[in-house]
This record gives sequence, C-alpha cells and structure tokens, in this order.
Amino acid sequence: MSIYLDRDSRVIVQGITGRLASFHTKEMIEYGTNVVGGVVPGKGGETAHGVPVFNTVKEAVEATGANTSLVFVPPPFAADSIMEAADGGIRYAVCVTDGIPAQDMIRVKRYMYRYPKERRMVLTGPNCAGTISPGKALCGIMPGHIYLPGHVGIVGRSGTLGYEAAQQLKDRGIGVSTSVGIGGDPINGSSFRDILEQFEADPDTHVICMIGEIGGPQEAEAAEYIQNHMTKPVIAYIAGLTAPKGRTMGHAGAIISAFGESASEKVEILSAAGVTVAEHPSIIGETIARVMKKEAA
Amino acid sequence: MDIHEYQAKEILGRFGVTVPDGGLAYSPEQAAYRARELGGNRWIVKAQVHAGGRGKAGGVKLCDSEGEILDAADEMFGKKLVTHQTGPEGKGVYRVYVEAAVAFEQEIYLGFVLDRTSQRVMIVASSEGGMEIEEISAEKPESIVRSTVEPAVGLQEFQAREIAFALGIPAKLTQQMVRTLQGCYRAFTELDATMVEINPLVITSDDRILALDAKMTFDGNALFRHPHVAELRDKSQEDPREARAADRGLNYIGLTGNIGCIVNGAGLAMATMDTIKLAGGEPANFLDIGGGATPERVAKAFKLVLSDANVQAVLVNIFAGINRCDWVAEGVVQALTQNPVDVPVIVRLAGTNVEEGQKILAQSGLPIIRATTLMEAAERAVTAWQNDKTQNSKLRAV
Repeated sequence: MSIYLDRDSRVIVQGITGRLASFHTKEMIEYGTNVVGGVVPGKGGETAHGVPVFNTVKEAVEATGANTSLVFVPPPFAADSIMEAADGGIRYAVCVTDGIPAQDMIRVKRYMYRYPKERRMVLTGPNCAGTISPGKALCGIMPGHIYLPGHVGIVGRSGTLGYEAAQQLKDRGIGVSTSVGIGGDPINGSSFRDILEQFEADPDTHVICMIGEIGGPQEAEAAEYIQNHMTKPVIAYIAGLTAPKGRTMGHAGAIISAFGESASEKVEILSAAGVTVAEHPSIIGETIARVMKKEAA
Repeated sequence: MDIHEYQAKEILGRFGVTVPDGGLAYSPEQAAYRARELGGNRWIVKAQVHAGGRGKAGGVKLCDSEGEILDAADEMFGKKLVTHQTGPEGKGVYRVYVEAAVAFEQEIYLGFVLDRTSQRVMIVASSEGGMEIEEISAEKPESIVRSTVEPAVGLQEFQAREIAFALGIPAKLTQQMVRTLQGCYRAFTELDATMVEINPLVITSDDRILALDAKMTFDGNALFRHPHVAELRDKSQEDPREARAADRGLNYIGLTGNIGCIVNGAGLAMATMDTIKLAGGEPANFLDIGGGATPERVAKAFKLVLSDANVQAVLVNIFAGINRCDWVAEGVVQALTQNPVDVPVIVRLAGTNVEEGQKILAQSGLPIIRATTLMEAAERAVTAWQNDKTQNSKLRAV
C-alpha cells in the first residue's frame, strides 16, 4: 500500500504542453506512472507524449477515467485549474506551481469544501515537488531514482530538503512508502496533520519522516496530533534555526510572524510530543535507521 | 511588498476609511508650504519609511509653527531612521508627510491579517490602541477581539457590528465603524493585501472615526494583477543587495556572518545556514538559486554573495536531481574559471551522478574544497574561514 498515489492512479497533467510540464510528464511516464491524458484549453484533440489532450478536465475524466491530476499551470491561472479539477471529478491533485496569490488559495480551499466529503478532492501543494510512491507512480517533479520502495513515509514542505532525506535513506538501503510534498506556501491544500493521518492508517508505512520549517502553525498542529493519535514513530527535522524574524525565507510561507513559529520553538513543541528531532539535515537518514532498529528490537 | 503610510491612507480613503487631511513633501520648504495649505495651527510631521516604531526614533514630530515644521523636517530628511524594526543600518528618509493634528478621545488597534490556522482573513482589534499589537497581547490580552471572515460572502455588517460593540465604541458611531471595517476588508481582498494595520484608529473629540496611522503590505505573488500597487514599490527602502538580487530572479537575504551560501531550494538553503551555525560559523546570507542550477545562475550567485565585503568563505550546496551533479560541477568550474574568487570555496554536491561531479571538481585544477555531507561542508567552510583569517592577520602583522 501507499497513500494517495499507486499503480491504479490514472493521472492527467493540466498544462501538459508547457515546456517544463512536457519534460516532467515524460519523466513520469518513464517512471511507470499511468499518465492517461492532459488538459490544455484550446488544444483538445491533440496528443502529447502519446496521450490525448482535452479542452476541459470533465472531458478528460469522462474519456479516460482519470482520478488524479498534476496541476502544472502558471501562477495567475493555477487556482482556476485546481478548482476545475475539484469540480471535474478528480480525487487527488498535486499542484507544483510556485507563486499563486494567497487569496486565490483561500478561494480554492473554500471552493473545495463545497463538495461533500465522499467526493471532495484532496490537494497537496501548491509550491511543492509532488508525490511519489516508489516503484509505483510519480506525480511531480522529483527525481524518481533517489527513492527506494519501502516503509518510511516522508512529508515535507521543501523539495530539495526532501530529496536530501530520500537520498540518505537510499544510501542506507532504506525505502519509502510514499513521499508527499505539502509545499512552502502559507495557504496550502493539505497540512502535515492531514498527511500524518494517512500515514498512520497506511499498513505499509512503519515510520514517518517529517520535514518542517519556520512559519505557520502546522508543525505545532502536527505535534498535537502525534501526541494524541499516533502509534507510529515520527522523526522530524525543522529548517530555519538561523532565520531572522519577519523575513520571508524563499518560500512564501517561511516567515516568523507569531509566537511558536520559529524553528527552535517548533523543535521544542515536537520533542515534547515524543518526536525524535534530528539536529541537522546530514543525520536525518541515520536517525531514521536508528529509530527503525529500535522498533524492530 | 510594503508601501508608505501616506500611500496606504490614500488607498484606504478610496475604500471609505476616513483619514486626516495631509500633504506629502520632499523638502522642508515643501513641508512648511503643505502646512499652510492644510490650515490650522498644529501639525504633525511624519518621516515616511517602511518600518514601525517611528515615534520613539524621532520620526514623528508635533509642530506649532512653520518654523518648527522647517526644523523638524530638516532634521528628518536624509537621515537614516533607526527603529526596532529597521535593524541597525536604519532606513533613509526621503519623504515626509504633514498632517493637521487631531484631538481624540480613544485609541483603537485594528489589523487585518492572513490567518494561517483558519486559512482565512482575520480581523484583530483592541480597545488599547497606540501600543503595538505584541505589547497589547502581552499586557492586555483580554482586550483583543478576533474574527475570521467567510471568503465566499465577505465581511458582513452584523460581524462588523459585533466587533464595534466588543470594542466599546459608542452606539452612535457603530455605523461609521462598520464602514471603516468593511472598507479595510474590501481594500485587503480587492488589492491582494497580506496585511492592513491602522494603529491607532481614533475616535475624535468631534465624533469621527479616523485612521491616524496606516500600514499595508501586499502579496508579491499578486502584483501582476495590480499594476497601480506595483508602482508604489520604493527601492530606497530595500536593502540594495536584496533589491539587485530580486531584479535578477535570485532569492537573497543578507545576514551578518562571514560564510556566504549558494544553495538550490529554500528549505535546503535554510538548512545550510543552520548547519554552518552548528559547525561554529555564522552564515552571511540566505540564497536560493532555484531548482535548475545553471552555470549562469551559479556565476550570478557568486557575484552577488561576494558583493558582501564580510564574506570570507563561500559554501556551495547543490542537490542535483534531474540536473545531474556532473552538469552542476561543470557550471561551478565554468563560473570560477571565468570569475576567479579570492576566498576559499567549499562545494558539496549530492544526488544524481555525484561521483562524476566530484571528479570534475577535482580535475579542474581550481582550489575547490570538496565535501560529501552538508555537515562536513559546513565544518570545512568554518575551518577554511578561520585559516584564511589567521593568514590574513599574519600578513598584516608582517
């Protein structure tokens, strides 16, 4: 098992004909992902990478049975595309776009909640690297070969820092069940807590690696959930101990503007909730290995 | 993106918020002339900088005559105003705003923010205006009223009334307060603000609700649809290096240490800074060069990082996924061959084809210090910087 994405996922790419989207679609197909189509308004009827392109998500879903979408649309139009996916019958969407206006995301989230829970789309991102269930499917822009199939669930805000963790695990022969990027934006589709709930319920995930950073309340929310509801061990790393207050550190959401949003406060909150926190990123892999060995014993 | 007080007042005024009469000045003489235009016998001269805490720093002066206005403005112009929000280098004063002084009875704090917990716009208000919100929440937390706005319908009148009553605003002024709150909310959402703050919002002796100060911050990601807001950018209020970097598509924040960093990805960039600190050094900057580490971007990044005179070593940390390490290594070698640098350079590559990348760095003949893990890179950067420092001081001693 895995979460959100597996061999049965039927994936469409919104914006499939864009230069970067086209490159990554090819990578996804080569990885073995079941890409069944693309959506580009006005380009319906064309083909891209051997799959049909549709004008609308509804048409794509009807013709291909797609249930998953990768939204690869420029920032001014991305919110519209996410809402189209939510309305068109997509169950899981990943949005990699960086630079979506925050108030567009407020509208997107409000819009998604129009639908009853049983047909409400799950969104991860925006401004993330994507989701991968190693050996099964890849929906995003990450290099697939740094992930081995296995039992560690990874969830994080940052792309390259997540790669860092996956590579360290691979170097130790440790595999990953699913890796989910929730993105670096202040208003995002899914929180750490949402993903932790999925990992807790997934029999194939034994240990979770959570990679957070400064800004926002989601690490603290996760800590509360971990303490009260999780049985599986969680290892965390939090970036930004040296980040100055009140400055946006690359990610739109990486800014310390309230109490509890600094890295040291988050480390303290997570440690108090029983999470094993890696002091620096070079030891994420060995920390996970150590916790797994202890679990096995 | 931040704007000046007078600009925020102009915008909020258009949305139905009442603001005092005022005029902008670029010289002391103009400031005195503005006061004459405004009339009255008492004025406030306010330095226009992108930072709070101006009053305590001498950036706000109450004046009773034209002579006092000339003196106050003369004192402010060209000065670097240092407040608790500017950092030690301060912010230059190139404009002042002159307003007619207002007699008031009560000060209110009013803020609109993006609340990340509810993922909605939140109104934060307090009857204890005049103090900063951090002070209010420390000293009078019970005075704070919070209310989140349902995005589908916007701020409703009943909700605005509830806030007005909770703040203890006299009943005859409720409607004025509702107009003020709804005006701020509309300005916030229609112009893609991330923060609107009026502190203080006052009730005047003649029963008006007036914004005595105003601050607005806008979502940089939404400026594409607000060209009139984008025009208000004032580069004189930005760190010159950060402004230059932003114009070149690089994400740079200057810090006070000696070890410069060049990293791909924001999270990894923060992690690199943290590791330098753990290894006993101090990072000189945050720099995210983006996912694709092309030779041009690496070269630009070196130039930018070395424009900081404090930088005594540079740590390059690149995780190459889709872009292989050998390709990134060639970029680094190319950048350093074309623009040789005179400080130690430590390069740590990880990801795809890492061995080939290392080989290219080793065979380049350049004095690049290589590292496998980030911790190792940070330790080597700190050692190289310390050696460099002692060597330099030895040279000076000779």
